[in-house]
Amino acid sequence: MIEVKHLYKSFEDKDVLIDINTVFEDGKTNLIIGQSGSGKTVLMKNLVGLFDPTKGEILYDGRDFVGLSKHDKVMMRREMGMIFQSAALFDSLTVLENVMFPLDMFSTMTLRERTRRAQECLDRVNLKGADEKFPGEISGGMQKRVAIARAIALNPKYLFCDEPNSGLDPKTSLVIDELLHSITQEYNMTTIINTHDMNSVMGIGENIIFIYEGRKEWQGVSSQIMGSDNQKLTDFIFASDLLKNMRRMVIENGLHVMNENKNRIQ
Amino acid sequence: MLIHKWLTTFGRYLMLMGRTFSRPERLRMFLKQYVKEMAQLGVNSIGIVLLISFFIGAVICIQMKLNIQSPWMPRWVSGYTTREIMLLEFSSSIMCLILAGKVGSNIASEIGTMRVTQQIDALEIMGVNSASYLILPKIAGMVTIMPFLVIFSSAMGIVGAYGTAYVGHVLAPDDLTLGLQHDFKSWFVWMSIIKSLFFAFIISSVPAYFGYTVEGGSVNVGKASTDAVVTSSAIILCSDVFLTQLLS
Repeated sequence: MIEVKHLYKSFEDKDVLIDINTVFEDGKTNLIIGQSGSGKTVLMKNLVGLFDPTKGEILYDGRDFVGLSKHDKVMMRREMGMIFQSAALFDSLTVLENVMFPLDMFSTMTLRERTRRAQECLDRVNLKGADEKFPGEISGGMQKRVAIARAIALNPKYLFCDEPNSGLDPKTSLVIDELLHSITQEYNMTTIINTHDMNSVMGIGENIIFIYEGRKEWQGVSSQIMGSDNQKLTDFIFASDLLKNMRRMVIENGLHVMNENKNRIQ
Repeated sequence: MLIHKWLTTFGRYLMLMGRTFSRPERLRMFLKQYVKEMAQLGVNSIGIVLLISFFIGAVICIQMKLNIQSPWMPRWVSGYTTREIMLLEFSSSIMCLILAGKVGSNIASEIGTMRVTQQIDALEIMGVNSASYLILPKIAGMVTIMPFLVIFSSAMGIVGAYGTAYVGHVLAPDDLTLGLQHDFKSWFVWMSIIKSLFFAFIISSVPAYFGYTVEGGSVNVGKASTDAVVTSSAIILCSDVFLTQLLS
């Protein structure tokens, strides 16, 4: 579990995050949503320690991350996995070597064990036969899967994903969403996903935080979005006429929205 | 203002070097990278070093013969001056200036691209000291391979000079041999190697700094690459003056 208490972040005179208070729960896909420039990525970078907060606390299972020494922060980062918007795979390494990299750096496994573990992770993300390819030789969706495999290689407790569906087609995005959701439950990780993909929000959002101009504007689950009366949230989620009309029909006619597993979203 | 900017940059460079020269997290990974960098930065530069040195050796020999040799000079003077120029300045300093262009731009653009594509952030998130992992093997590899490049360069320059004697018949091979052997001081070889070690450090660390600290996109990577080559070339030239004075 990750708790954020009174988090502020400023760059020179500009306040980017203002008094963020929230809890990201274990075994759930926690989503941070908001417009471009709202502060989502800055919040995530604060959470992983790439930025230092101006003020506030970040508690990882009760451990104050902000107050840790540089060395302790580095040690704690080994409990984290991160998937970047651009996948951030190492260009000079093959797919298999990319997944093996954290194992090579931090595990005491033998080469055979490391290779087997990397193969397991690649199998878990349904990526077979691409071991010897370089990142430049595979598609964007495959790169994201390799990034997920690399992120889970060391069984992290916390998984961070910065816009994992960016640049992917809707169908591949759903595959990536489902993969992240199932991995989160399987490993009982605290997963935090930055996104503005509405399919992700409605499909896997078990705890959603809406950031608006640096402030936490709303928090809830996907089933509460459709009926929310928060104008800023509905303006953001139902931005197109199609979605606005769909929402109006759902509310006016008392309809229910189901996902593909026949589970009720609204 | 300019001095303030230079001092700030220098301070940041020192801080980066402080992070770079820390104990590698995994010796196995460091050695793997070290060998790779020696091959990529050093061994892959042997061709250009030999090519340039051959022709410069030949040209120096011809110029000396045409412009210095006179009835008042001994006939071995062309060989002697060719050897001294190759050994004292060309193979150590000028060759390093050339390598600052080839290797420096390579290092700055490689690390800069890793920075803008978040590969360095990925290393940091994993808990890896990215400066040490990326930069230390490059510096160590370059410092290791540079003395060999200097020796190859000097030898190839002399081969080039012999080419003018045997193929071009610019001067008699015996006169050239006499000049090459005349008043040979082995310290000059060591001096050349010592200078090259300093330059190897500059060639690898300065572009690494420019690449590591790049912000923005591909345009900034290109600019960082250019800045890296210009700055490392200027530092090599300045330090050459001090090193030559110190070691002579």
